[in-house]
Amino acid sequence: MTGKKVRILLLDLVGVLLAAVVFLVPFYFIIVNAMKGPTEASEMSIQLPRILILDNFSKVLNYQNGIVLKAFFNSISMTIFSIVCIVVFCSMASFVMQRNQSRMSPVINFFMLVGLMLPPAIVPTFWVLNTLHIFKTMASMVLIETAINMSFCVMLYRAFVGSIPREIDEAAIIDGCGSLRLFFSIIFPLLKPVTATAVVLNAVNIFNDFVNPLYFLPGKNNVTVQLTLYYFHSAYNSSWNLLFADVVLISIPPLILYIFFNKQIVSGMTAGAVKA
Amino acid sequence: MIKSVRKIYSYWFLVPAAAVFLIFFILPTIMSFFFSLTRWDLSSWTFIGLQNFQSFFQTYSLSIGLVNTIIYAVLTSSMKVIIGLMFGLFLCSKIKTKNFLRSVVFFPSLVSTIAVGMTFSSLMNPTHGIINGVLSLFGIAGPDWLGNPSLALYSVIFVDVWKGVGIATVIYIAGITSIPNDYNEAFAIDGGNRWQKFIYLTLPMVRPAMNTVIILSFIGGMRTFDLVWTMTQGGPGFASDLVASVIYKQYTAGYYGLSAAGNVVLLAMISLLAFPLYTFLNKSEVAE
Repeated sequence: MTGKKVRILLLDLVGVLLAAVVFLVPFYFIIVNAMKGPTEASEMSIQLPRILILDNFSKVLNYQNGIVLKAFFNSISMTIFSIVCIVVFCSMASFVMQRNQSRMSPVINFFMLVGLMLPPAIVPTFWVLNTLHIFKTMASMVLIETAINMSFCVMLYRAFVGSIPREIDEAAIIDGCGSLRLFFSIIFPLLKPVTATAVVLNAVNIFNDFVNPLYFLPGKNNVTVQLTLYYFHSAYNSSWNLLFADVVLISIPPLILYIFFNKQIVSGMTAGAVKA
Repeated sequence: MIKSVRKIYSYWFLVPAAAVFLIFFILPTIMSFFFSLTRWDLSSWTFIGLQNFQSFFQTYSLSIGLVNTIIYAVLTSSMKVIIGLMFGLFLCSKIKTKNFLRSVVFFPSLVSTIAVGMTFSSLMNPTHGIINGVLSLFGIAGPDWLGNPSLALYSVIFVDVWKGVGIATVIYIAGITSIPNDYNEAFAIDGGNRWQKFIYLTLPMVRPAMNTVIILSFIGGMRTFDLVWTMTQGGPGFASDLVASVIYKQYTAGYYGLSAAGNVVLLAMISLLAFPLYTFLNKSEVAE
């Protein structure tokens, strides 16, 4: 019995050591270097700072009249508006898709698979945005994020709607509910767990998105937090301390989400992995 | 029921989602086929037939992206499948620190790709970087991870696995913990060693999880752009260019038709590789 305990303890030790070396050192590296002076940070070492410099963070925030603050505002509003669109549109669509199976269903399934698998076509999207005269606007960015993340959310919602008994709908209909009331005041509240998953997962994904803002939101006014890092990197190659301070700052929101909602994030990411 | 199903579950509910999806996803995809056949400056186009595709396959700086993308997708997904399974099994064993370790392994998935890419660019720095610093302690002269043309792609692949293996691990953990306990007990009664348990019980039971990992990471690998772009910008030369980074380069260079052709090529690659893989994995899952 004791032999088994010793073995488990040994496994614990190996696991923690391995995790520390492989996964924690890079984060430790980011944090120490975010608090060094420019020359010290350019040594790229993992030593603790000789002189602790904490105003790197305020320097980053005040850089170029607070472009990072502006970026935070942009990223957060992009994330919030996209999530609202995704949640409302996807839950409505999934409800009808699950309840009203018809000849259309295979077609809809095919489109969902396409949305899950295919890469978005970049340049033709410019053409669409130009034709609609909404290029370089936050609204267009929100709609693009909505379209890209939609298929996955519909998949999440549809599985969940299937677990809500139809008897609930029927009772509501007999009591005189129309479609809109049935959905918004009866069904939507019941979807709360999956809505939580969809919100948190999309919050992390959209806040961390770099590629789409790079393409569709060029220009200083529309900068998002991920782009600040990219622009700093190209314009500001020598100030690693400021770069890492920026990394720390922009990693805080997803981290907070994870601390409070790690169950939702994990259940969203593992959706479909386990067949019930 | 008094009212017909059609009326209550009205197709109007689909309209907002369908409109956004069709206008901002399907329409650009369809138009990419048309624009890939043109020389195009966003305002006017000339039809040039298959010339864009011809240059895509014949110009070395473009066609290298095709090979690299396949290498990237195959290597990242197979490493995530194997390492993720190992981590998953380890983190489902009886160790005490498993909750802590699960969060640690998952943590990189929460940090943005560009932040990870930048951090590793400095960790992999040939002269100052920590990786080579550690190697030199053992008397090994570390290579220039991102500056050596034959190594750059693989360094990026390593970072991709580092960042993405956490998701694979949680998917496996979900699969492993969903194995009914009766099975474990039955196996204990029948007797059998660890290896037999792994082959005959665990592995078949985590197949759905494994299929998810394969598909997710394979498609993710085919489409990837941000990590390569932050770490090497496709360089040195074109050594680590992927189709997605070629699309971006042609777009910034103003060759919009060529960029659209790149999109069509990527779409074709995914349709030809990922769709059959998906149906194959789904079928073999049902057959079991």
